[in-house]
Amino acid sequence: MTALLYLVPISLILGGIGLFAFFWTVRSDQYDDAEGNASRILTDLYDDEPKPDP
Amino acid sequence: MSVAACPGCVSGPGSASGAGTAADARHLSYSVPTIHCAGCIAKIEKNIGTLPGVRSARVNLSQKRLLVDADGGLQDKILARLAGLGYEAYPLDRSVLEKGGDPEARALLVRLAVSGFAMMNVMLLSVSIWSGAEGETRNFLHWISAAIALPTVCFTSAPFWHSALSALRRVRLNMDVPITLAIFLATGMSLFETIVGGRDAYFDAALSLTFFLLLGRYLNHRTRMAARSAAVELAAMEAKTALRMGATNQQVPIEDLRIGDVVLVQPGMSIPVDGTVINGESDIDKALLTGESLPERADLGSEVFAGTRNLTGPLQIRVTKAIENSVLRRIGELVSLAETAKSQYTGLAERAAEIYAPVVHILAFATFAGWYWIGGDVRQSLNIAVSVLIITCPCALGLAVPAVMTAAVSRLFRAGVLIKDGTAIERLAEVDNVVFDKTGTLTRGEPVLTGDIPAEALAIAAGLAQGSAHPLSRAIIQATTERGTEPASLTAITEVPGKGVEGEFRGRKARLGRAGWLGADALPGTMQTWLQLEGDAPVCLRFADVLRPEAQAVVRQLADRGFAPALLTGDRQDVARPLAEQLGIVSVLADVLPEQKVTAIQERGGRTLMVGDGLNDAAAMGAAHASMAPATAIDATRTAADCILLGNSLSEIPRTLAIARMAKRRILENFAVAAGYNLIAIPVAVLGYASPLAAAIAMSTSSILVSLNALRLLRGPAS
Repeated sequence: MTALLYLVPISLILGGIGLFAFFWTVRSDQYDDAEGNASRILTDLYDDEPKPDP
Repeated sequence: MSVAACPGCVSGPGSASGAGTAADARHLSYSVPTIHCAGCIAKIEKNIGTLPGVRSARVNLSQKRLLVDADGGLQDKILARLAGLGYEAYPLDRSVLEKGGDPEARALLVRLAVSGFAMMNVMLLSVSIWSGAEGETRNFLHWISAAIALPTVCFTSAPFWHSALSALRRVRLNMDVPITLAIFLATGMSLFETIVGGRDAYFDAALSLTFFLLLGRYLNHRTRMAARSAAVELAAMEAKTALRMGATNQQVPIEDLRIGDVVLVQPGMSIPVDGTVINGESDIDKALLTGESLPERADLGSEVFAGTRNLTGPLQIRVTKAIENSVLRRIGELVSLAETAKSQYTGLAERAAEIYAPVVHILAFATFAGWYWIGGDVRQSLNIAVSVLIITCPCALGLAVPAVMTAAVSRLFRAGVLIKDGTAIERLAEVDNVVFDKTGTLTRGEPVLTGDIPAEALAIAAGLAQGSAHPLSRAIIQATTERGTEPASLTAITEVPGKGVEGEFRGRKARLGRAGWLGADALPGTMQTWLQLEGDAPVCLRFADVLRPEAQAVVRQLADRGFAPALLTGDRQDVARPLAEQLGIVSVLADVLPEQKVTAIQERGGRTLMVGDGLNDAAAMGAAHASMAPATAIDATRTAADCILLGNSLSEIPRTLAIARMAKRRILENFAVAAGYNLIAIPVAVLGYASPLAAAIAMSTSSILVSLNALRLLRGPAS
């Protein structure tokens, strides 16, 4: 059972990394237009060349 | 650009493209309800993005919006380009829309994520305990659970105890009081058990409670925000200034106008005040105020009203009424008056909470007292009382309404119906009769050229009509495009205010306008204008306000389902009657003033759905049990309406009513699930047989059942 002593903290840390990754996605507006982002991948715009800088 | 706090402080349609927008035209925002796929995104972004002066264009598919970053004065061009691509679009007031996103939703989402993370970890640890961890191992797992649960509970349950505290301060009970009690008692109890090395801890229950309740809270918030942002985005862009004439003409806020001041109103602008014409001739579009489809002539001495639109010639108007007393403001006040009645509507969720909260407290307290009386053991009695609180805690109840509302709102949004008010769905479900406005609601609200006109005459008429904002001129242009004719090119075109337009066609004088002006005899009872080419006899062009193509089917469907459609219009009897007969509407009330519309709605009894688009409908819509407006309606009316028909078609009305009823049925079913679950769980808990494992299973199962039941609303037939 001593394995628990380091396995539990490791699992918590890994989970915590996931949690902070989620915070980051919320902060950077990645949930504002989920439907649009899902569709955008299907367009062939900028397939051949990168989007020019404005 | 500013937003009117009261829906009545709005002055008509012309203002949208008027001075207000130019000042802050850098960020433009449009509602484009027909965007639906990747192709649409690419097409719109490419076409709008390449317009000169546009820096960037971005489509938001979830909200069906287009955001444009552009130079000033492009509003109309972008709208025209969108129309050319085949998309209806409505400009939105972005300065109001984009005030830093929605911090509350974000905070809730973060809380939800933290509690979800903590719940899953503690649940994993609990599984080991349930499967038989003993002694030191169990204590170790309990301590880790406590280390995760304590900070999480303190952080994530803030929305609940805030609301519970504020309720208690007003000496009232709300749903959050038992929730807070359950969460904190469960955590406290478990901490105590952990310290003394006890067998059962409820950390997982406390956390899953928080998680499910936060989920309900988040969904609820999203629905409410969607409703509010709809209200905000439709907020009026008001032309709040007027050109006051004096030694020097001066643009002043309308509040500064005094009785006796003279203002100058250019053609195409809305009239900001009630007053009398002292100079100039023009036609006045009163459709928004009265519902009358044909513009009225105005010249010296005519009375004009705020909210109407000046069409053809400049007018000098002497202010005769203080702004506060203008017809427009009075309608605005009627609207807000009617709406206060509606704001007192109690939703199903609140009614459920009123019954639920006291029952739970009494039950938990009785359990404690009972066990203490039998056994005399404080720790055991408290343990059982806490498990009663946890088991009865309204996870399912907290999800029952928000989950259904979210599903219903998103289904309606996909169908092109925007729900603006949180309680609108419940109220729509209760509607038992429907009242329609005529102009702009059942009809298109714009005249259409009817009858045969020689192609050449039409081309000349179109050539003359091109520069004019008069509705009949626009109808001519449209008919020309539809019939495949090119407008003729004319020279020296001048608009003769209040009379018509004249110009020169191949050396001959051409005139388009009133019968009297051309020396012809007006035909009685129809909308008409006349065209005369020098030397020829005048030709009559007739117009009609045609029905929306779907109107007849919608009215019949509603009648079949027992909604008894009725017509309520400010237009004349002889126009309204034949139209009602054509549609099969029996109950017709014509020639009514806005105030009378309100009383007519109130006198109908029953629960009325009012569908209208004009300013004259706004007050009646506030008074009705629920209300709808097509997207083409003016700002004030869209503000007053509970839902907007984005597709600009009436055909979604029967379906919306059906979905609302289905949503209500789902809510009641969910209440039944929650109640049935409590019926089984409470005796078990009161008798002291509820273990943390049983609590965890029961709570999750009922929450999931309720959510799945709500999701059924997304699919399936709506009839």
